[in-house]
Amino acid sequence: MLQLPTMPDRGGPAQPLLIVKDLKKHFPLKGGLFGAGGKVQAVDGIDFEIRKGETLGIVGESGCGKSTASRLIMSLIEPTDGEIIFDGEKVGTSALPLKEYRRQVQMVFQDSYASLNPRLPIEESIAFGPMVHGLNRSRAIPRAHDLLTAVGLAPAQFAHRYPHELSGGQRQRVNIARALALRPRMLILDEPVSALDKSVEAQVLNMLQDLKAQFELTYLFISHDLNVVQHVADRVLVMYLGRVAEVGPVDSIFDAPRHPYTQALLASRPSMDPDQRRTEPPITGDPPNPVNPPSGCRFRTRCKIAEDVCASATPPLAEVAPMHQAACHANVTASGHSLAPREAA
Amino acid sequence: MSTASTTSPDISGASASGPKKQQGYWAGVGSRVRRDKITLICGGILLVMFLLIVFAPWIAPYDPLQGSMARRLKPVGWQGHLLGTDELGRDMLTRLMYGGRYSWFVGITPVTIAFAIGGSLGILAGFVGGKVNMLIMRATDVFYAFPSVLLAVAISGALGPGIFNAILSMTLVFIPPLIRVSESVTTSVRNLDYVESARATGASAFTIVRVHVLPNVMGPIFVYATTLISVSMILASGLSFLGLGVKPPTPEWGMMLNTLRTAIYSQPLLATLPGICIFVTSLCFNLLSDGLRGAMDVRN
Repeated sequence: MLQLPTMPDRGGPAQPLLIVKDLKKHFPLKGGLFGAGGKVQAVDGIDFEIRKGETLGIVGESGCGKSTASRLIMSLIEPTDGEIIFDGEKVGTSALPLKEYRRQVQMVFQDSYASLNPRLPIEESIAFGPMVHGLNRSRAIPRAHDLLTAVGLAPAQFAHRYPHELSGGQRQRVNIARALALRPRMLILDEPVSALDKSVEAQVLNMLQDLKAQFELTYLFISHDLNVVQHVADRVLVMYLGRVAEVGPVDSIFDAPRHPYTQALLASRPSMDPDQRRTEPPITGDPPNPVNPPSGCRFRTRCKIAEDVCASATPPLAEVAPMHQAACHANVTASGHSLAPREAA
Repeated sequence: MSTASTTSPDISGASASGPKKQQGYWAGVGSRVRRDKITLICGGILLVMFLLIVFAPWIAPYDPLQGSMARRLKPVGWQGHLLGTDELGRDMLTRLMYGGRYSWFVGITPVTIAFAIGGSLGILAGFVGGKVNMLIMRATDVFYAFPSVLLAVAISGALGPGIFNAILSMTLVFIPPLIRVSESVTTSVRNLDYVESARATGASAFTIVRVHVLPNVMGPIFVYATTLISVSMILASGLSFLGLGVKPPTPEWGMMLNTLRTAIYSQPLLATLPGICIFVTSLCFNLLSDGLRGAMDVRN
């Protein structure tokens, strides 16, 4: 315990590292004299699992609940409903107390500057977590130096520097080192490269791939950049307005998206071919207000193939290809949608 | 700041492998202060004043209470009275030196106590948020319903005259603004990602406040508190004027300002001398604290 080793695998390779069941987070709105303000349904019942050693990419527009979902998984905010199961154990029970869980799951934030204490030299920032977990200074500091080496920053040159003395890419490396300091088994990467230049972005992404192998990590990679997700993820989960729209293997999603929202997202990527240049936006308007989301399918207000059934019933996540699920009535047998597969006679 | 002070010895011990030897935290603060002339000058002025005040009984040229009707309101530099004499013929320099003892005491003490109490409550309100925040901040608002001078007079009057009751009432008056300031800085810091990531490591609230919140909020609160020192000196003089603080003939800058105000047309320079003392003291405290805050900020 004093050395803070990696936690042992409990459930074997077949046990998903993380299972999220019907996770919900509704933020109450303040307002109205009698508190009748309604609530923001930031995350409204998402289910997914992350297998050991994989990278699950989460994509979606701003405000679709990606960051809320990551903070829920980190237990930084209390869920309204639902549960999180880590390696077969429910989080927050005696078998897996919160503090133990926090050693196993760490997070890298988007804003590399805001996520480092400006008053601490970076070695102190990295050593903070291990010291919280009982490692003494004389061990935590050399460990911080090892981690700096692992993320490609020479400790002799960087360990005593303050965050403002580093570039954005260097700071994000420090943040990754800080997240790794507790030897977690899973990293939540919340838009880790969105604020970096393209060249630095590629370096950091490649480093993340190397670290994943070196430290036997599992990644939850949140991004709005589809190209980045396609590059790093094994499986992709598409979120829309607090719900899962589609989830499946990266190739299957990118080659044959089945949800109209995913199709529109993929179509929104700029084409490399000038002759294929798009003039029409594939999707128009803003997402609806999550305080008062549309009934039934939440995407129906912007969907090209929306029909009456989409307003009346919430589409279930249905299997559309091996391992690939989509929440669209057009894919559900006998849903009442005109494009739905016919019932087998 | 506690973390920073532990930093310096360990840097050289744990990892002196770097080619460029890094200077410790306090050495860095020292070198930044040395480069800042204004801070140095203000610190020097305050030090001189402090020494004059502390050693007044030994170095003051006259008795602060013994006057002479024959020497009333003599101008600056008159016959051995370096700064002239007051309306009762007492030596001004002597009285300013003695008066500084009370003025500094009633200026600094309430602010220090209010800084400790108001700062703690504000940081608590800002960091915990929610119902605790609402309770503390709404209670603070109640104090804001009264003008601060009126409040100090009311509390002091209820407690009865005396210097300690005056200090107590001023402390109560200074707590609400310090709560406000510290609450707002803390609220802005607590939602930053580094506090979130510290929570994600499983650190206790106390550790997070000590390592991540305090060093980042102390500067603004500290500087604001020093601006209150001058207010405190003036307020103390007001209380003295009403007979709720220091009693005549005890010298105190604020009260001297009051008693000399009748001489403003005959001896304007003389009448403003205690005011100049208050002004210089508060300005120097303010600039000094601002300079120190800047020097303690590693980003400079």
